[in-house]
Amino acid sequence: MVHTSLDVVDEKISTMGKALVDQRELYLGLLYPTEDYKVYGYVTNSKVKFVMVVDSSNTALRDNEIRSMFRKLHNSYTDVMCNPFYNPGDRIQSRAFDSMVTSMMIQVC
Amino acid sequence: METAAGGGCGSGPPLLLSEGEQQCYSELFARCAGAASGGAGPGPPEAARVSLGAATAAAGPVADLFRASQLPAETLHQITELCGAKRVGYFGPTQFYVALKLIAAAQSGLPVRIESIKCELPLPRFMMSKNDGEIRFGNPAELHGTKVQIPYLTTEKNSFKRMDDEDKQQEAQSPTMSPLASPPSSPPPYQRVPLSHGYSKLRSGTEQMHPAPYEARQPLVQPEGPSSGGPGAKPLRHQASLIRSFSVERELQDNNSNYPDEPWRITEEQREYYVNQFRSLQPDPSSFISGSVAKNFFTKSKLSIPELSYIWELSDADCDGALTLPEFCAAFHLIVARKNGYPLPEGLPPTLQPEYLQAAFPKPKWDCALFESYSESMSANQQPRDLNRMETSVKDVADFPVPTQDVTGDDKQALKNTINEALPKDVSEDSATPKDSNSLKARPRSRSYSSTSIEEAMKRGEDPPTPPPRPQKTHSRASSLDLNKVFQPTVPATKSGLLPPPPALPPRPCPSQSEQVSETELLPQLNRVPSQAAECSPAKKDVSYSQPPSKPIRRKFRPENQSTENQEPSTAAGGPTSVATVKPHPTVQKQSSKQKKAIQTAIRKNKEANAVLARLNSELQQQLKEVHQERIALENQLEQLRPVTVL
Repeated sequence: MVHTSLDVVDEKISTMGKALVDQRELYLGLLYPTEDYKVYGYVTNSKVKFVMVVDSSNTALRDNEIRSMFRKLHNSYTDVMCNPFYNPGDRIQSRAFDSMVTSMMIQVC
Repeated sequence: METAAGGGCGSGPPLLLSEGEQQCYSELFARCAGAASGGAGPGPPEAARVSLGAATAAAGPVADLFRASQLPAETLHQITELCGAKRVGYFGPTQFYVALKLIAAAQSGLPVRIESIKCELPLPRFMMSKNDGEIRFGNPAELHGTKVQIPYLTTEKNSFKRMDDEDKQQEAQSPTMSPLASPPSSPPPYQRVPLSHGYSKLRSGTEQMHPAPYEARQPLVQPEGPSSGGPGAKPLRHQASLIRSFSVERELQDNNSNYPDEPWRITEEQREYYVNQFRSLQPDPSSFISGSVAKNFFTKSKLSIPELSYIWELSDADCDGALTLPEFCAAFHLIVARKNGYPLPEGLPPTLQPEYLQAAFPKPKWDCALFESYSESMSANQQPRDLNRMETSVKDVADFPVPTQDVTGDDKQALKNTINEALPKDVSEDSATPKDSNSLKARPRSRSYSSTSIEEAMKRGEDPPTPPPRPQKTHSRASSLDLNKVFQPTVPATKSGLLPPPPALPPRPCPSQSEQVSETELLPQLNRVPSQAAECSPAKKDVSYSQPPSKPIRRKFRPENQSTENQEPSTAAGGPTSVATVKPHPTVQKQSSKQKKAIQTAIRKNKEANAVLARLNSELQQQLKEVHQERIALENQLEQLRPVTVL
């Protein structure tokens, strides 16, 4: 599921070319026959992709909410990056990051 | 000193126990024996000791106790074998003591051998659990009558919540906290006050924060309340081994002072040590340690990477990827604590907050020299960092300059005021971050410039011996008036002098001038040619009356030669090179005396001009800084407004 969405994100990026790309991408509508879910993609300047999968059973989140969530995610991610002991590519173990993500998810639900 | 018979433990040597060990072990033995006998009620240590010969500790509580030491199972097996209990079949006092000694040795990292217990060892530590959570044994003697703020207890999360209650209870019951001193009566208070464990753990932890010599270690085992039942095994931290290894690495031997109540409070000695370490990494105490440098340094502590990552996360309050001095001290302290066996806190303890650390430990000895270097290095560090942190809140900005400000004292105060002024203005903008940093950067710069402007200007003035057009432009632009004043006494035609007339022209009128005036008019800082031109005209007018033309010509020729040779402002008083075409007149003696005077006046004039130029320079630099700031702010705004490009 997530991998297909990643492919879609890559496709989007490649099609953008050198045109100015928005800070966030909203990709709605990846609905599978059995699974209702929406995938939101977000790409940072350093090509780090955030993919958010949301159940459609939940009342559809507004665009602004998604954007704010991604922004918070981005900020927390940069904070994690600041840690020199963190190797990019490792699983993020920052507690602050986890707590932020959890609180965000709880807030939505 | 009670010496256990060596025969009890096979071929072991006589067991020498120190006072503390003696007390501790006897207590433990009494516990185990008492527990075995169903609450026989261990009497005071003396009584217990007396009865030791006859009592034996049952295997049950003893095994529990050993498990509480949190040594691996095979180590415990080894210990029991070595102490001879297995041979004898029971834990007599000697076996028990030997076992305890071996446990201490094992916890210190020594191999479990009989030889290990020959040396003096810290007391073995036992981690006992109570029904309501983890408890640690501490040093009862020091608990006595001391208050404690315990920021946290153990790795157990619930224990942290308990701490608050424990704190309150602790204060109420601190007098009862010395189980070893008043041992048997302490179990009930021990029972009653789980906080005491936290406190005692604190004490043990605090002690271990300073790797004091082992002999100074206090007994760390508390008698267990009988009602608590068998102690459960809990993870015990191998503090002694950690401390030793860490001290070897860190050379913390000098931090042997008495530790205050909390483990999270940095003592003065520790602070000194941290500051020294900071300086070794970063010469400027008010600047930052970059992430990679800090990473290398902290990796030496041999803590695991996730732990170090967590410590960094705690201590880097502004998440800028670099550590200021208070952040560094906090991180160092956390590492020391972790090495000493303290579990890492959930959040940064209040005593380790950067603001607190700065307030607690102001560094008055850092003088303006550091401040200047700070401003330099800070500007270098700030620029890339702040551009990355465009989206940080203004609060981060406030925090960021704050830690770096308070360090250096008075200048910082003024700087802080400027920052505070700047902050309200730029609150709404993200560009405030770089702007404030730039203003922060600029203001110390300007201040430093103003303070050292004269010297710097002098230097600058002397460095470029002959950049003709530049100084002229500055003169004409901003301070031409001043320069005019400088030139005024002798020349109304300064402006014309500023222009770079071809060297050929001025010489014509110059020869008629007196050497004295010509020399005074020379400002070596300026272009030699125009200055010479300027000098030529005024000197000409003044001197023409006083001396026959021939002599001035002659003198002029001389200083010109000198100037062309020396090219130095203070000494040379040369006229235009073309003056050489003037026919010289031999009047050597007059020339020398007049030259001296001329040189002196020239020096004076030069200094005045230097001062003027220095002022001008500082003004221009300031303008340049401001323009830079504006430019950066505009660039930031532009970046924000325009969608960010990927790729």
